[in-house]
Parts: sequence; structure tokens; C-alpha cells
Amino acid sequence: MSKIKTLEDLMKIKEKAVKELQLRDTGKRGKITVAMGTCGIAAGAKDTLKAVVEALSENNINDVSVVQSGCMGLCEVEPTVEVRLEGQEPVVYGHVTPENAKRIVKLHIMSNQVVTDLLVRRGEI
Amino acid sequence: MPLTATTILICAGGACISAGEESVKQALEKEIEKYALNDVVRVVETGCMGACSLGPLMVIYPEGVFYQKLTPQAARKIVEEHILKGRIVKEYLYKMPTGEVIPEAVEKLPFFAKQVKIATRNVGYIDPLNIEEYIARDGYFALAKVLKNMSPEQVIEEVKASGLRGRGGAGFPTGLKWELTRKSKGERKYIVCNADEGDPGAFMDRSVLEGDPHTVLEAMTIGGYAIGANQGYIYVRAEYPLAIERLNAAISQAKEYGFLGENIMGSGFSFDIEIRIGAGAFVCGEETALIASIEGRRGQPRVKPPYPAQSGVWGCPTVINNVETFACIPPIIVNGANWFRSIGTEKSPGTKVFALAGKITNTGLVEVPMGITLKELLYEIGGGSSTGKKIKAVQTGGPSGGCIPSEHFDTPVDYESLQKLGAIMGSGGMIVMDEDDCMVDVARFFLEFTVDESCGKCTPCREGTRQMLKILDRITSGEGTEEDLDELEHLANVIKDTSLCGLGQTAPNPVLSTLRYYRNEYEAHVKEKRCPSLKCKQLIRYVIDPTKCVGCTACARVCPVNAISGEVRKVHQIDNEVCIRCGSCIEVCRFGAISKVSP
Repeated sequence: MSKIKTLEDLMKIKEKAVKELQLRDTGKRGKITVAMGTCGIAAGAKDTLKAVVEALSENNINDVSVVQSGCMGLCEVEPTVEVRLEGQEPVVYGHVTPENAKRIVKLHIMSNQVVTDLLVRRGEI
Repeated sequence: MPLTATTILICAGGACISAGEESVKQALEKEIEKYALNDVVRVVETGCMGACSLGPLMVIYPEGVFYQKLTPQAARKIVEEHILKGRIVKEYLYKMPTGEVIPEAVEKLPFFAKQVKIATRNVGYIDPLNIEEYIARDGYFALAKVLKNMSPEQVIEEVKASGLRGRGGAGFPTGLKWELTRKSKGERKYIVCNADEGDPGAFMDRSVLEGDPHTVLEAMTIGGYAIGANQGYIYVRAEYPLAIERLNAAISQAKEYGFLGENIMGSGFSFDIEIRIGAGAFVCGEETALIASIEGRRGQPRVKPPYPAQSGVWGCPTVINNVETFACIPPIIVNGANWFRSIGTEKSPGTKVFALAGKITNTGLVEVPMGITLKELLYEIGGGSSTGKKIKAVQTGGPSGGCIPSEHFDTPVDYESLQKLGAIMGSGGMIVMDEDDCMVDVARFFLEFTVDESCGKCTPCREGTRQMLKILDRITSGEGTEEDLDELEHLANVIKDTSLCGLGQTAPNPVLSTLRYYRNEYEAHVKEKRCPSLKCKQLIRYVIDPTKCVGCTACARVCPVNAISGEVRKVHQIDNEVCIRCGSCIEVCRFGAISKVSP
């Protein structure tokens, strides 16, 4: 670790560290819920979760939190992921492989487009 | 570093460690390992979260779910249910006194909702061993601002304008202290952090040191720049090994990042901090005794003036501030004096950390804005009495403070208001007493402490407090006279006026304040030889109610001195000559037949 000489150096560390801290906070723009029931985990939800987290991190998105939930009852389309963005109705996606998870982050989170081919349902369950 | 989806903050404050935090953490980590969740779950040990009575505890983010009273078994269940399956484990959630379960979010618990955190802003939230988490919460930005954009005079002006007063208890304006020291002539100057927290039941400073050590280092460096010092000392008690360990870790991290050492942030200013470990004498919290101890001499106070601002460590001008005072400095610099002034009251701006102890539901650490009433503090945040009996009084300021009776609970908490009641703000210990507490006994307890801790240098404190204790011993054993009460008051006032240092000057406070508000209790002891709270052992008797006793012999079997006699299925008797009033029989009686009476 080289010594910090300028405010910019300090800012850089802050930005990096804030990202890690922000994941703890609630009150964000949105929330991605990965269903981690027994069925989801069996279908590979753990890798999905990891892919979601990585995709957010790669794209510097830190105002969306990642939450795990239990089975939402859609076991046949596991792994499922729910995306809730502020002011929009929640969207549930099914068969979310790690690749699909990356698409969801790219399209839905970053460009506000619903990924229709993965869509299971819109609105509150 | 990969981003993690779940962060578990587990409180590693002293109280939670004693309650078994380590085994909970081990179980947690093992279980996370078992389910191969290492990449998505991060476990962080934080400083004290404040809700010590509920420990061991943890908060799981991003949901902010607060789990309490944990065991290794609970940890395993939480990983399996909450982390893996996303189901909140209800049985370990916080329950209101009414039995209502609060489902989630730490911020919504009444204990946390009313608090305003400045000095403890990071405690219980960041990992104290990770400097970058401190930086993420604006850490070292105050230092950068000061070194890049402010002159030492401007720093002092800002602190003065904030109205910050010493949080060690006396309430001396911090900015003024810094200014006086800056203006004093001296070859070298020193800045000292007083972390010799000795009041029974108080642990505010320990919690800051353990939970956010960098804030103290940053503030001391800012102070050093402001007064022109290049060396700082943290005087911390040997009884705080965890605080010392985390301070040492923080110091080496700060050096690595260039926040301590030569030429800090390229400003040309150099500053270093050393830890001095005290051997645990209460008097070393007094600034002149503390200085003597830092220098390696016997920890005894000396006459002031000269004040440390003129002649402190090694005879050089020295600033001594308390841990909590320092912890307020970085936010003041970052957010400005006006922001600080907007919190608290006109004469006492900002917040104060209190350690709630005694007969209160939520024992632990709270930070509240100055000017909050005792009622709000004790009932809304503290959750009221823990025994179901009425709260009778609260002792603020530990052995140097005084008792405040419940009639005065509408008083705002600030330096002046508490002083007017005969108590002091003190360092922030608050001991809550209910109707079962005898005020004479309470005064005796605190006086016993000061008698033990008096350094012996000046006569009023050494001999005077001892005589006062003797009188109190007489009163509590039923041998006191009415003259004793006058003598006690007289002696107390003499000691207050003539003692050398703060220890002696404040030692009579518990006696004086209880005499002021509870003279009737003292009088009951001396005139009627009666202890109204049934506390003083020599003034009470144990009796068995013949209408309730069924002769089960449970009491007789448990009595350690065989004071209880009686045949099976016949009413028992207690021989009060033999009885040592240990209370075992009351605990064991299932019929509520045994009670204490006085006389």
C-alpha cells in the first residue's frame, strides 16, 4: 500500500469501499430477489446468485440490492429471480441461468427493458 | 474482492463476547462453509451495537434483520433458514415488552430509532479492523480537509464555533482548550487521549475504541495539527485488552496508509501516536494524575494551576481530551460547526453517549441528542424498569455524580440542568434504581468505591471519605444517630471544598444528593432503625407467614446456616439471630410464605 498523498487517492479508496458497504443498506432504487429454496438451489440458484452479484459489480451498479428469498412456489421454472425497481411493478423471471442473469442485469436493470423470453409473470404474486 | 450478497454483522463488543459471541461466530462460519456460501456471505465482527442486554446479537444486511440472544444452535438455524432459504427465523427476533415481535430492520427498533449517532456513528456498523470501511464512511476526509485547506487557527475556530464540550464529564469547551494550548509557549506540545474510563458500569469509551478506533486517531491528528503537536498519547486502561489490540492494529494501518507518521498526506505535518497502558487506578482519569502516569511516575494529581494547557506531559503544553470528545471532531470538521450546533441544546450542542445499567430493560449503550429528557431516555429508549417495580431514581456520573429522583425525570439532559439537581453529566454512566434499592446503601456503595480509589495524597479525601464511610456503615447497621446525619453533611461539604483534585471534590456527591432527595430514608434508618427498602441486612428480619407455609421443608433444606426449623407439614420458623439474610429461602419457597420486614 502506497501512502495516500492527495484527496483523490482518498476518494478512490472511499468509492471502492462504499460499494461494499452499500450492499448492506436498504432503501435503494431496486431489489433483485433470487429464490433460494431447496428447489431453487437444486436447480442452480447459487450460481445464479453469484452471477447477479458479479454482473452488478462489473457494471458498477450499487443502488440495487440483492436479496435471497425462499421458494416462491414456481418450482418448475427455477431458478427464479424477481426484479423490483422503484415505481414499477415487480417482474418474475424463470429459468435464470448465470447467462440469463447477466442479460437481466444488462437489459432490465441497466436499460429498463423487460427480458420477455424469460418472463414468468408481472405484478404482485 | 468479489461482492457479496449478504453481510452478517456480528457484534464483537465486550458484552457480546462475554455472552458467547465467539462460539456463535464459529458455528456461523462452519455452517456457511458447509453450504459453500463463502463467496456470497460475508461475516464482519463489529464493535458494540449498544443493545448489550440482548447479546450475542447480529444484523443481516441488506434486509437489516436484527437477531438477538444467539447461541451456536441459533446460528446454524439462521444460516439454514435465513441465508439459504430466505425465511426469517422468528424465534430470535427482538420482542417488545408486550410480547409483540418486531419483524425486521434494525432502524425500526425503538431502542435504535430515537438515537442520534455522532460519536458512535460507525460503532457496530463497520469492521473496526478494516481502515477502508472507515474511509467509506468519510473517515480521514476531515484530516484531508484540515491539512489541505485549513490553517490551525481555522480548525480551532471551527471547533470553538461548534460549541463542543468535554465529554469526560466536566464539560469544558474543547475549542477553548485547544486555543489555550496553541497559544502557550513550549518547545514541544502533546495531545493526549484520556481512555482511562473507570466509573463502575460505564463503557462508552471502550465501545468507541473497540468499534471505531480510527476516529480517535484521526481526531488526535487533527488536534495535533491545530495546537502544534507532533506526538500523541492514548492513555488506556490495561483492563481493556481488546481496545488496546484494535488500537494497535488501527495505528499500524494508519501508518501504512500515511495518515500517521512523517509528512502526512504530503502536507509536511508529522504526527505519531503511542499507547500508554494504565494499571487501572481510578484517579488516573484525573488529568494531572494521568500526565504523571504517562511520564512513568506514580499516578497522583497535583495542584492546578498550572493547567495542562500550560504545563502538561514533560512540562510541555498539553491537550487532554476524552475518547468521546475526540470521536465528535471528524464529523464536526466534515459537516461544519453549524450542523453540530443544530443538534442538542444551545449551551450543550451535539449528542452524548450513555451506558444504561441497573434495573432497566434495555441495558447497553445509547447515543442521544443533548436536551432529551430523562423520561424519554429511560422509558422510550431504555424500555423502562426491568423488574416490574417503579423506577425510583437514576444515578448519573457514577461515583462522582448524584442521584436524580423520578420526580425530576422531565429534566433535560445537559451539563447545567444536571448540575442544578446536584448530579453531574459525568462520563455517561447511568445506573437505574427501583423501589427495592435503599438510597443509603447506594450512597454507601459509591463511597466505598472512592475510599478504595482515593490516592491518599490529600487529607480531606484520604481521611474524610473514610470517616464518611464509617458513619454510613453505622447508619446502615442501625447504630446511627441524628447527629450523624449533620456530621455527614458537614464532612461532605468540607471534602468537596478542600480536596486536591476532582476525585475528592466529587466523592461526596452521591451522599449529598441522596441526603437532599431521600433524607426521609436516612431518618428512617437512624430514628426508627428501619430500612424502608428492606435492603440493609442488619435492619431487616425474615418471617414466615403461618397462613401460607405448608411445611414443605424446602426452605430449611436450602438454608446455609440452619436457621430454619420445623417439622414436615407444619409451619416453619426462622431464627433471626442465626439468619444471615442471604435470601435463599425466599427464592426457593413456592408459596410466597417468606418475606422481609423492617424492623
